[in-house]
Amino acid sequence: MNGESVIDVRGLTKRFGGRVVVDDFALRVPRGAIYGFLGPNGSGKTTTIRMVCGLLRPDEGEGTCLGLDVRQESALIKERVGYMTQRFSLYEDMSIRENLDFVARLYALPDRRRRVEAALGDLGLSGRAEQLAGTLSGGWKQRLALAACMIHEPELLLLDEPTAGVDPKARRDFWDQIRAYAAHGVTTLVSTHYMDEAVQCDQIAFIAYGRKLIDAPTREIPGIVGLHAWRVTAPDLDAVQARLRGHPGVELTARFGADLHACGLDREALDAAVAVIRDMPGVEVTRIEAGLEEIFIHLMAQSTDALQ
Amino acid sequence: MRRDRLTFAIMVMMPVLQLLLFGYAINNDPRHLATVVELREDGPLTRAFLAGLRLSSYFDIIAVVRYEGEGDQWIRSGSATFLIVVPEGFETRLVRGERPQILIAADASDPVAAGGALGAANEIARRSFAPLLVGPLLPLATKAPPYDIVIHRRFNPAAETSFNIVPGLLGVILTMTMVMITSIALTREFERGTMETLLATPLRPAEVMIGKTTPYILVGAMQTVLVLVAGALLFQIPFSGSFDALLMGVGIFIFANLMLGYLISTVARTQMQAMQMTFFVFLPSILLSGFMFPFRAMPWWAQMIGEALPLTHFLRIVRETILKGASFSGIADDLVPLLAILVALTSLAMMRFRRTLD
Repeated sequence: MNGESVIDVRGLTKRFGGRVVVDDFALRVPRGAIYGFLGPNGSGKTTTIRMVCGLLRPDEGEGTCLGLDVRQESALIKERVGYMTQRFSLYEDMSIRENLDFVARLYALPDRRRRVEAALGDLGLSGRAEQLAGTLSGGWKQRLALAACMIHEPELLLLDEPTAGVDPKARRDFWDQIRAYAAHGVTTLVSTHYMDEAVQCDQIAFIAYGRKLIDAPTREIPGIVGLHAWRVTAPDLDAVQARLRGHPGVELTARFGADLHACGLDREALDAAVAVIRDMPGVEVTRIEAGLEEIFIHLMAQSTDALQ
Repeated sequence: MRRDRLTFAIMVMMPVLQLLLFGYAINNDPRHLATVVELREDGPLTRAFLAGLRLSSYFDIIAVVRYEGEGDQWIRSGSATFLIVVPEGFETRLVRGERPQILIAADASDPVAAGGALGAANEIARRSFAPLLVGPLLPLATKAPPYDIVIHRRFNPAAETSFNIVPGLLGVILTMTMVMITSIALTREFERGTMETLLATPLRPAEVMIGKTTPYILVGAMQTVLVLVAGALLFQIPFSGSFDALLMGVGIFIFANLMLGYLISTVARTQMQAMQMTFFVFLPSILLSGFMFPFRAMPWWAQMIGEALPLTHFLRIVRETILKGASFSGIADDLVPLLAILVALTSLAMMRFRRTLD
């Protein structure tokens, strides 16, 4: 990745009625990257995205988006950014074609008809062009929303939990689409709390309670956090989990299907804890590398502790 | 109930509001109506009559003028409801038994408002003159009254209620539809999240505002045409004033209502709330504007509230242009406050609108 940043903000702070929602937030997103923005509900992801695209004015902080000042030039930023809201926010009582046409007119795009037809074709919506948007299923609504925010060919795509309520197949297709845009140089900042989406991102920023906890390339995150893990299988996982939970060195136990993952930062203490259950009937343990999901559950638990 | 404060407010406030308005503010037998007396002669009899008027609770004499025609402007501008004219030579002719006339000209553009006072006028005159009809004048007291009270219902000679109601209805219809449609349409944009889409585009808030209100200006214009045509064809309402002045009033009034709807939409979170808030505006507008009940019959505090409502001023503009033949100068008294209300509502709505984005 080259050094050019599409988003470069520092010290962003936003308060709503005295409550700090985003606190001293900094972010650099290089051109062409798919940047994951993770965090629990209410952690300030949406607010941050809105500040970046100029919908909200930050109380403090400064920075640029596409080389434009986020405080002063929000109108210019909006012209070059595609923002897909968390909730479906096109007109449900207008048809697919009317919605796309309307958005194209809002951006005062030249050659509107061709663009609308192209967008319909790209997303495989041509056959349904006259269907009312409100009658579409979740997956199709999401496709339409993406088509609508890409119609003006933005350089930066801001996606706010784009795949909430969308089935896994549609989600895969959606991500293929995002990758295709990225290949054409479109930068994407996507907020999510699905791990299967997080692993699709090149780089991840994790935010909780308005503060950024980690910001690194996805591949490097396990190494940075330094979380160690064991996979445990047993006929009676509940009993095993009860023994492990609260044992010194075990910071996290989490069920993954038929397995139990036990994680901790202190490798020796964790190993000692695992040794205790190793002799229980039918128990098998394997050392594994901690996955993103464990890491984020761990980070969330930590950030809660820090605030209580 | 604790969480849904607006519904609670409606349940508590509605009865309180109605009790206050119907109980205290509304009066179908208005008294203390502004009166100008054109007293072209001064003598014991006329002075007794003036004193009689002053004592009555119906007429509040705001001015006494001396010369012919001086009183007319008061009633034309609407600052007085009655003009009482005592002509020259009244006393002499009364003494001679010639039954001179006393003219009571009432602003009957609202026939209800003037009714009670006109009924009382005869009795006031009888009581004022009776103590003086003694001695040589005694024969005059025994026969029919030695004077003739002539009542002249100005602007609406036949006291047709529809002449008052139909032009007024234009204001009520515009208030109802403009405020409600705008507030609901805009709240729907927020409720469905489509406002966010609009704002994420390079559109400016003011452009969104203009785009959302322009269609309703056309709706308002159509309604105006409908009511005016119906008024002319079905109710034969004479149109006597300046059409341009009326259009100007209608225009400002439509804008004021749109801004009111806009303001409501920035406060209401759901379309339902927008409906309820519209009702809160609509009820006092109907009751306190002078549409259903005479404005001047209300106590001062109700008149104060009424003055703050766009409908009050619009009703006067409509009545003055349609019924009283007023031109721009005639309605300036109400155009200016209406404009002030428009400016206040617009700035408030813009301020609130910006806050909802943050």
